[in-house]
Order: sequence, then C-alpha cells, then structure tokens
Amino acid sequence: MNNKRSPFIFSVLAFGYAFLYIPLVSVIVYSFNDSRLATVWGGFSTRWYGELLRNDQVLDAALLSLRIAVTTATFATILGTMLGLVLARFGNFRGRTLLTGMITSPLVMPEVITGLSLLLLFVSLHGLFGWPATRGFSTITIAHITFAMAYVTVIVRSRLAAMDQSLEEAAMDLGCRPLRVVFDITIPLIAPAMISGWLLAFTLSLDDLVISSFVSGPGASTLPMLIFSKVRLGVTPDINALASIIILLVSLGVVAAWLVSRRMQKSLPSN
Amino acid sequence: MGQGRGMLWQWFAVAVPYAWLLVFFLAPFVIILKISLADPVIAQPPFTPFIDDQNNLAVTLENFRFLLSDRLYLLTYLNSVMMAGVATLLCLLLGFPMAYGIARSSPVQRNLLLLLVVLPFWISFLLRVYAWMGLLNNHGVINNVLMWLGVIDQPIQILYTNIAIYIGLVYSYLPFMILPLYASLERLDLDLLDAAQDLGATPRQAFWDVTWPLARPGVIAGCLLVFIPATGEYVIPFLLGGPESLMIGRVLFDEFFVNKDWPLASAVAIILLLLIVVPIVLLQRFQSAEDDGART
Amino acid sequence: MGNQTATNKQLTEQPWLDSTAQPFIVIENVSKHFGDFVAVNNVNLNIYKGELFSILGASGCGKTTLLRMLAGFETPTSGRILIDGIDVTDVPPYWRPVNMMFQSYAIFPHMTVFENVAYGLRKEGVQPAEIEKRVADMLELVQLGGYGKRKPTQLSGGERQRVALARALVKRPKVLLLDEPLAALDKKLREHTQFELMNIQDELGITFVVVTHDQEEAMILSSRIAVMKQGGFIQVGMPKEVYEYPGSRYVADFIGTVNLLEAKIESKDGDQIVAAAPEMANHVRAYTDLQLEVGDSVCIAIRPEKIYISQNEPDNDDDDRVAGVIEDFGYFGNLSLYRVRLESGRIIQVSAQNRRRSVERFLEWDDKVFLSWRVRSAVVLTA
Repeated sequence: MNNKRSPFIFSVLAFGYAFLYIPLVSVIVYSFNDSRLATVWGGFSTRWYGELLRNDQVLDAALLSLRIAVTTATFATILGTMLGLVLARFGNFRGRTLLTGMITSPLVMPEVITGLSLLLLFVSLHGLFGWPATRGFSTITIAHITFAMAYVTVIVRSRLAAMDQSLEEAAMDLGCRPLRVVFDITIPLIAPAMISGWLLAFTLSLDDLVISSFVSGPGASTLPMLIFSKVRLGVTPDINALASIIILLVSLGVVAAWLVSRRMQKSLPSN
Repeated sequence: MGQGRGMLWQWFAVAVPYAWLLVFFLAPFVIILKISLADPVIAQPPFTPFIDDQNNLAVTLENFRFLLSDRLYLLTYLNSVMMAGVATLLCLLLGFPMAYGIARSSPVQRNLLLLLVVLPFWISFLLRVYAWMGLLNNHGVINNVLMWLGVIDQPIQILYTNIAIYIGLVYSYLPFMILPLYASLERLDLDLLDAAQDLGATPRQAFWDVTWPLARPGVIAGCLLVFIPATGEYVIPFLLGGPESLMIGRVLFDEFFVNKDWPLASAVAIILLLLIVVPIVLLQRFQSAEDDGART
Repeated sequence: MGNQTATNKQLTEQPWLDSTAQPFIVIENVSKHFGDFVAVNNVNLNIYKGELFSILGASGCGKTTLLRMLAGFETPTSGRILIDGIDVTDVPPYWRPVNMMFQSYAIFPHMTVFENVAYGLRKEGVQPAEIEKRVADMLELVQLGGYGKRKPTQLSGGERQRVALARALVKRPKVLLLDEPLAALDKKLREHTQFELMNIQDELGITFVVVTHDQEEAMILSSRIAVMKQGGFIQVGMPKEVYEYPGSRYVADFIGTVNLLEAKIESKDGDQIVAAAPEMANHVRAYTDLQLEVGDSVCIAIRPEKIYISQNEPDNDDDDRVAGVIEDFGYFGNLSLYRVRLESGRIIQVSAQNRRRSVERFLEWDDKVFLSWRVRSAVVLTA
C-alpha cells in the first residue's frame, strides 16, 4: 500500500499544486494583455514590458532594493556565521542564554513589531547622537541585517551540528591553531550552508515590505514599497509585467541552484 | 574549542554579533516599552519624555487601560487570533495530506515536488498576494470562469472580504506548514506502519496510532510557523480584505502612520507580543516535559 | 632505551617490571569533572616507551575522556600529565608531540588523500619537497601507494582507516593515540588490520595508546591493558595476567567468559584454601596469595575452557570435580559450548575443543556428565 498513492492523496496534491501555481500563471498570462483594464482581455501585447523598462521610478527602486539586498546578505552571512560558530562550538559562556533568545526571536517576531521597534530606535538615536540623519539605505539595511542574520545563524548552526566535530579536532591535533582551523576546515565544509544563508538573506531583504516601510524615510522607496503604493488601489498592467519578470528570474535561479546542489550532492555524499 | 584558553578572536566572534543584537534587537524593545508608558503629544517626537522637568518618572498605564477597555481593540485582537487560527487549521488540513503524499513518493518525484513547494516562497510575497487580486476580482479569472460555466449569473464579491484574507493567508503560509510536516513524515520508518498492521491495526488505526503521534513535532512546528506571522499580518488584510476586516497588524500600522499616536501603537505592539509569546512558551514547556518523559 | 644496558631480556621487553626504568607517559592523580559528573577519578598510570597500551572499558567508563586529555582536547580538573619528561597538562593539542587517530577517522572530505596526509607537515612548515617524500613513504607504508590524488569519498572503510593512520604517523609523534581504531571495520578486515597495526608499531617504535571496548582487540594488540570502570582503573597488566589472574569479578566477567561461584573458606594451608560452595554441593580448592582467614566469603572463578567434560567419572583426585546434566549446547565448528546444570540448579559453562571428528558419539541433551578442573585453574576473588 505504501508505494501507491491513494486517490485521495493524489487529488489533494493536484489541488494543492494548482492552488500554489494558478495565481502565478494567471499573472504571467495577463502581463501580455493589451488592455489597460488589467482584468479584461484585450489581445496579446508586450507593451507593458516596454513601459516598465522606460519607467525610471521602477528602475531606481529596483536598484535600491538590489543594493540593500546584496549588502544585507553579505553582512548577515558574516554575522550569522560567527553566531552559528559561537553557538555550535564555543560551549557554554556567560550570556549565552540571552544570545540564544535574541537570535531566535526575530524568526517568530511579527514584522510590524520589528519595524516599529527599529524605527523608534532610529528616532531615539537621532535625538541622542544626530545619527542617522536621514532614513533610507542605511537604516533599511541595518533592519534587514538584524532579522536576516537570525536565519543565517539557524542554517549555519544546524550544518555545524550535523558535522563531525572530530574533523576540527583532527586539524588541531595535526598542529593547526584554532583560528586557522576555522578557515582551513570549518568554513570550506559549511560553505554550502553559508551560500544558502546568503541567498535566503538576499531574498528576505528583497522581499520585505513592512519593515522597510517603517524604517525608510521620505526619499527612499524600495521596489516592494513602490509596488505596494501602486497596487493598493487595484490591479495594474505594468505590475503584472514586473511580477512576470520576477517570477521568471526567481524560477530560473531556484531551478539552477537546485540542479547544482543535486550535482554536488551526487559527487560528494555527505556523511 | 573553548577550554578556557581565552583567545582574542574568540572574544571578538562573540562580541561583535552580540553587540549588534543588543543595539538593534534588544534596545528597540526597551524603547517600545518605554514609549508605551508615555502620553501622546503633538511635538517631535510625539510623546512625553520618560523623565519630566522635575526629574520625576513620568509613566502612565493609560494606553494599556484604554486598549483593554476598548471594545474595538479587543475585537480586533480576538479577530486576528481567530483568523490566524482558522488559516492555520486550513493550512494543516491541506498541508498534511500534501506532505504525506510527497514523503511517500519515489525519491526523484519527491525532490521535484518539494522544489515546487519551495519555489513560490522565493518569489516576492507581495507579488503573490497581488496575483490573487487579479484572480478574485469581480471581473477576475474566477468570476469569469464561474459565469462562463453558468454556475453564477452575477459576479460574486470575493475580493475585499474575509474569504479573500483566508485564501491569501493559506496561500502565503502553506509552504511553512508543508516543510516541517514533510521533514517529520519523511523520517518515519515505513516498517513501523507495517509492524502496526502486522499486529492487527487497520490502515486507519495505524495512521492514528503511529503516523500521527510521530508527526506531531512537525505539526506543532508547522502550526507555529503559520499562526505567529499570520496573527500580525499586515499586507494580506490590507490588499485582500475589506475596510471592515480588522487585523491587528493593520491597526498598528494605521495607528502609527495615520493617527501618529506612537505611545498607543507601542502598547498595541506589546500586547500583540504577549499574545504570541504565551503560546510559544506554553508549547515549549509541553515539548520539554514530553522530551523528559521520553527520556526516562 | 638505547643508553640502558639491558642485563635482562625480560626487563627490556617488560620495562614496567624494572623499578629503575623511566616511564614515557606519566598520568599523575588526574581527574576530570563535567559539572557534577566525574568522568575520570584520580587516575595514576605509567606507560613506557614502545608500548602498545590499551585502555579497555565499557562505554561511559571515562576511557575516551582520558584519551582526550592525553591529546589535549580536555584539560584535567586536577592532576598532571607528562610526556617524555615534559609536563603537557596545559599544552594545547596543536603543540603536543602527540597525534590521534579518531574513531570516525575524521578524514577531511574536501582534501585529497595526499593533502590529508600532508596537512600536519604543512602546519609544521616542512619544505614542500620533503613533504612530498615523507607523504609518499608513509602512504607506501600503509599500502596506499598511488592513492594520493583520490578523494576520501572514493575510499573504502579500510582505506580510510589507513589514511587516518598515515596522517597521524607522518608527523612522527612521540605517542599515537587510537580511539576505537577498528570499530568501524567489518570482522574479517578487523582481524587483518590488527596485525598490520602491530607490524607498523613494531617497525616505527612509536608508543601507541589504544582506547577500545572490544576485549578481544585489546588482548591481541596490547603489551599491557588497563581495565577501566567508573572513571578509575581496576586492573592494569599484560593481557595474559588480566585474563588468567583477574583481580575482580568485574574484570573476570568483562574479559572473556567465566563461571563465578560463591564460597566460604573452611580451611587454609599455606596458600591453598578449601572453601564450601553451596551451589556445588561440594568443596572447592584453590591457591591464592591473598591474606584470607577461615570464614571469609570469596568468589571462585573458573574459565569455561579450563573445565574438562566427560561422561566417565575421572579418577584423578588432584582435580576438583562435580556432576551435572547437559542442559544445552552449541556447536561452533572448532569448539563446542555446553551449559551444564548441577544438582543445585546452577548452570556451569564449559567449552571443549572439537579435536576429533565424529568418530565417537557427541554429547547430547540430558547426558549425565562429570566436570573437572585443575585446582590451579581456579582463581580466588574477593572484589
């Protein structure tokens, strides 16, 4: 019985995947709709893609989002890897409980609370030290690093927990100083986890609307903020085009990453 | 590696992220707590200082008193928890058979099916919610198909109702339910089910006696991962819900940006936090008690 | 050992008997606590140069903690450790003249076999040309010549074990520590590798300290064995001593199989005692050096292979004997194991070599038999 799926399970799977993918397909289909009324079919056209590419506002927002996402992912990976190492390898030290609490809470914190609390922090800091003078790239990036590093920590820490600790001990036994062990042995072996962590942090940052809305100032608009301001009043055709491009790019990226990781797994069976 | 031989780099590796979290995670909460105890004023910043001119501590519980006595706010909290709860249940009902089906597929199929669950997660959350606006619209795909089929004559209003919010919540958080469920179901040794049946259990009994208890950690993790963010959700009720659909995330946002009442918004946040922390702590207690029971 | 003129061959081969010999590794009053848990409890031990010393014990007895303190991964809570006359108690692992072969082998998966073996030499700053040569020689020694470019995933279990051995030995350590060196190998490979390990040790003259839970492995490999229980040593000696003259019930039972009989001393004549053993419905004789009095309770231990089983009553009064009925037996090809029930209900285990083919009738269930053994085979235990 175990290898054959029951008709019930099969229909739930079919329904579930249809539920997950129909909205995405419909967005792509409607992005080629000539009509300005996005919900009425007015013939095939690629005009919205053209308009999108001529829209400086969209391009600026996309560029800002990418800059924030790359910076966030890089810093979050560095800090998250350090924390993963500390929590998985340094044993017990004073303040460990508080640290564990602070690094797991962002994972379950509602975005509105994180956003609000960070904005209030920035306002207070401005009042006390005059920094940050304006809110934008730097405040959004700091906010994103703070919650993204929690995710990187979880990934790196679980990879370290699964890794045979005697590998690091063996290196030390062979005459390698502890800091060198981190670079010779630990980092090469957790590199896949660090890459996943970087990609996750990048995506989370690129995706974030609520926290960015709180901590950004008047001038700075990320791509999600721009999209939100356009779609809050309803469906618009150029956002359909933008959504289609993003869906396509992300799908290509995810599938490529999947294929690469599968090949790596085949050539390097983990123990 | 520690062994008490303190080294500079180890100290550095602890101190840097520690300092970061203290400043950008813990300090903001202290500030929120502080502001929630202040009175709103029309000034910059728009709340009374913590310590007044006469160097007295100026704190007030007025905001909390107001929140806990105001029917509208209580309803909103209740409504948020209820909607998140229903969405969690729907995710479980749909996610469990899906995770079960994926876990029982051949390894090649399994990889592909998992990829298809994860893929939407990498695509912008906002755009995925937006996609439903096009589908649920009065002139949208669903209404058009239903009218073409002759099921309805008039478009039915789905967008800007609670139903749309439920659809949005389930759609957005379904992967968070499926993945932990899959992880615990995939580990399940099929011999256990065979053994149960060998000992006289029907497949249905074997499911309730073996599969369900062993999948419970996954069920709990999945439910938390859906329930918690859904309770504070802002985007989905804003884009898909109507003006009367009150969810606390949206109220907090409006209180802060529209009414500019920072102290009240802070108090709203703190109560929301308590609302979320309590079930987590209870579950952890329950979980560790169960672990202890299993160990002895 | 070179500067000592060995006047006595036995003292050279068994330096622990020589009171003037300098121990190579000294473990002095060493304890290790993890919170409230005492993993190693005030242990003293001398290990001599060139020994293949085994620390034997069940899991959780503290043997791995002791080994990790020798390697430097754990610092003793109290006491000190000397290697070649130098106090290394607080020396970190990367500065100790000691290398370890890990139970999991800990082969770096992202490096080739050559890079794995060369790693320690590179950390030492050895010249590349010399590294090349020493690694090649070492791979040759462990019969992995030509394997240098392979990745660890392309190796079998036995090959991984040899890479781990080569990697630890190439640094020419003063002491090689081996944590359950053969546990991950299957039975046939294990037997082969045991002798290979002994040959390599003999060839290089490096002191080996092995931690194992496998008493057979310890018996075959070691110059001496320390049996460990609850963080302390309960017996240290050559394999033969530990097997033939166990100091306690625990050791007698842990190493090999044994029949233990409760008895009470009834008379004493020099080093010979006569004790009443209710389960035997008879008296048991034994020789012992222990200072015992008439009336003391003791335990008499007799190994199954020391017992002679026969259907005819032996007429040799120098041996002790008892009658019983065969309850059960197992045929193992080279030998047979019998479980014999005495009149008291007590089961005695006996093993017998199957020297002859089945020309005579095998013993069968319910056969009445006589068991006999030399008085010298019985060991008196008090602990």
